[in-house]
Amino acid sequence: MARFTTLCRNTAALAALFACTLAVAAPPNYGVGHPATPEDIKLWNIDVRPDGAGLPEGKGTVDRGKTVYNTNCLGCHGLNGQGGIKDRLVGGQGSLATDKPVKTIGSFWPYATTLFDYIHRAMPYTSPGSLSIDDTYAVEAYLLNLNGILPDGATLYKASLLRIKMPNRDGFVPEPEFVHVTNSR
Amino acid sequence: MDPKDRDNTRDADDKGRVFGSNESSSKQRLFTRRKVLIGLAALPGAAPWVRSMADSLADVPPRGPGDLLGKYSERSKYVQISRIPEAGPGMRNVDPVNAINSKAPLDKLVGIITPSDLHYERSHAGVPEIDPAKHRLLIHGMVKKPLVLTVYDLMALPSVSLIHFVECTGNGWENWKKADENLTVQNTHGLVSCTEWTGVPLRLLVDMVGVDRQSLWMLAEGGDGAGVDRSIPLTDEILNDALVAYGQNGEPIRPAHGFPIRLIMPGFEGNLNIKWLRRLKFGDRPWMTRWETDRYTQLRPDGLATQFQLRMDTNSVITSPSGMMEVRPGYKRITGLAWSGHGKIAKVEVSTDEGRTWKVAQLNQPVLYKAQTRFQMDWMWDGKPTKIVSRSTDEKGNIQPDRKSFIARVGTNALFHYNAQQTWSIDSNGKVHNALS
Repeated sequence: MARFTTLCRNTAALAALFACTLAVAAPPNYGVGHPATPEDIKLWNIDVRPDGAGLPEGKGTVDRGKTVYNTNCLGCHGLNGQGGIKDRLVGGQGSLATDKPVKTIGSFWPYATTLFDYIHRAMPYTSPGSLSIDDTYAVEAYLLNLNGILPDGATLYKASLLRIKMPNRDGFVPEPEFVHVTNSR
Repeated sequence: MDPKDRDNTRDADDKGRVFGSNESSSKQRLFTRRKVLIGLAALPGAAPWVRSMADSLADVPPRGPGDLLGKYSERSKYVQISRIPEAGPGMRNVDPVNAINSKAPLDKLVGIITPSDLHYERSHAGVPEIDPAKHRLLIHGMVKKPLVLTVYDLMALPSVSLIHFVECTGNGWENWKKADENLTVQNTHGLVSCTEWTGVPLRLLVDMVGVDRQSLWMLAEGGDGAGVDRSIPLTDEILNDALVAYGQNGEPIRPAHGFPIRLIMPGFEGNLNIKWLRRLKFGDRPWMTRWETDRYTQLRPDGLATQFQLRMDTNSVITSPSGMMEVRPGYKRITGLAWSGHGKIAKVEVSTDEGRTWKVAQLNQPVLYKAQTRFQMDWMWDGKPTKIVSRSTDEKGNIQPDRKSFIARVGTNALFHYNAQQTWSIDSNGKVHNALS
């Protein structure tokens, strides 16, 4: 046991030494991998940030979104975004400080961009990534409409999506440790 | 004489001596003895098999030639040990189709290492079947040299092997609002495990692609159906500790845990340890993904939610005696596990009188940085109902909170990051139950 402990200590010390060495010395040319081309990156670069970085051009209407939703989403999320076997998507506003908080797109999600990113990358569950850009805009428009954030008949497109302030936009308090990230690199 | 026949013609008297005797009274006594043995066997304890079926050496089966040597060494057929697939809090015994996690059998594990097939699992869109030859890791964003790496490229690089716990942020969530008394420690705390991870230090990859010094956040994305992605702050601690791992407990990571490659983020939320890793993108701010807004945030009593509470706090639990076990008066070894995302465990204290007095438990070696630590303590149970509880302190001085002060601070809606002290009540019959405090 003593030997094992010593071994572990040595491993930790070696790891620390290794990390320090890497921090000061230029790494050798390991000769592994190949450069990622812009075409490579385009295939996988799907993330969308709240400032609009990564949000593609496109558009969709609330009406079209209802059709897309009823075809692809209703089975899990229920008629009108409620009562399904998976996450409830609609309602719950004003419930967060009660004993029975209901977290939905309307009551909890802080960014419209996050909704676009998530629908586009992960939904529908059985065929993630299968919705076109325009249908992603459309189904988001429908969900925002059900939550009272977009009016009937509205069209959602890049610029209008970036103008949306979600009801719970100011509902998050970041952990102080990670508000201002620094490192010694 | 065949030992089986011998067993049928011999019996023990109440002093444990073995005599030959006439058949009828022998059968009667045998029946009585079997009842006693069944009683013993049914006493739920920590071992993953029935407790005892041989009260004399004469009852122990004879030696003989064994099975052929095989390619794998399977568990003994007598060992009953498995994970439990569950859904959300209170949603147990669910159809596997509806399970969202699978809990490790902490009550039946010894030491600090979790066997890979018993490591807890949380998967957000099932377990993808990935061909490692067709898997790629794309590293891009604020970097000088965006790269595509194969799994074999990663395995060619200098590696480290480190023992760390991984814990789901939902661990402990059964006890936020109430304590179902019929829960085991597997139900209450089975979303934490500890294994050896082998892989490439994140810092090596950061230097290799020339990450811009203005980049302070990294997006890590998985190759599962959900494409689970998290923004990771590039602190010195994370740059020093994180790995892109391909090995677990000496073999390729198993599919449920991220085959062929997984990000390991020692001490931080399980969901940051992105499984089936396929993309690292460097940027200057967090991405606000679904998983760091709608999901892994903690709702406070005032309706606001704490975000980026990434570190797993100081925690411990007594694994034996624990929920649904039975104990007898006399000597009882108390043992359990402690862990902290802040570093090493410095101390574990155990109370056997409902938290009135505390004794320092022994820490079994090795005690490692951001790893599970095994503790144990001698105890003589006097047979009177009581409650037992453990509390850990880490090397940074963080003390695991008692439930009352924890709930007073955090409320009951947070859902994640429950690390309050776990209390087990023991009734006059020795039955152990989950309790709030």
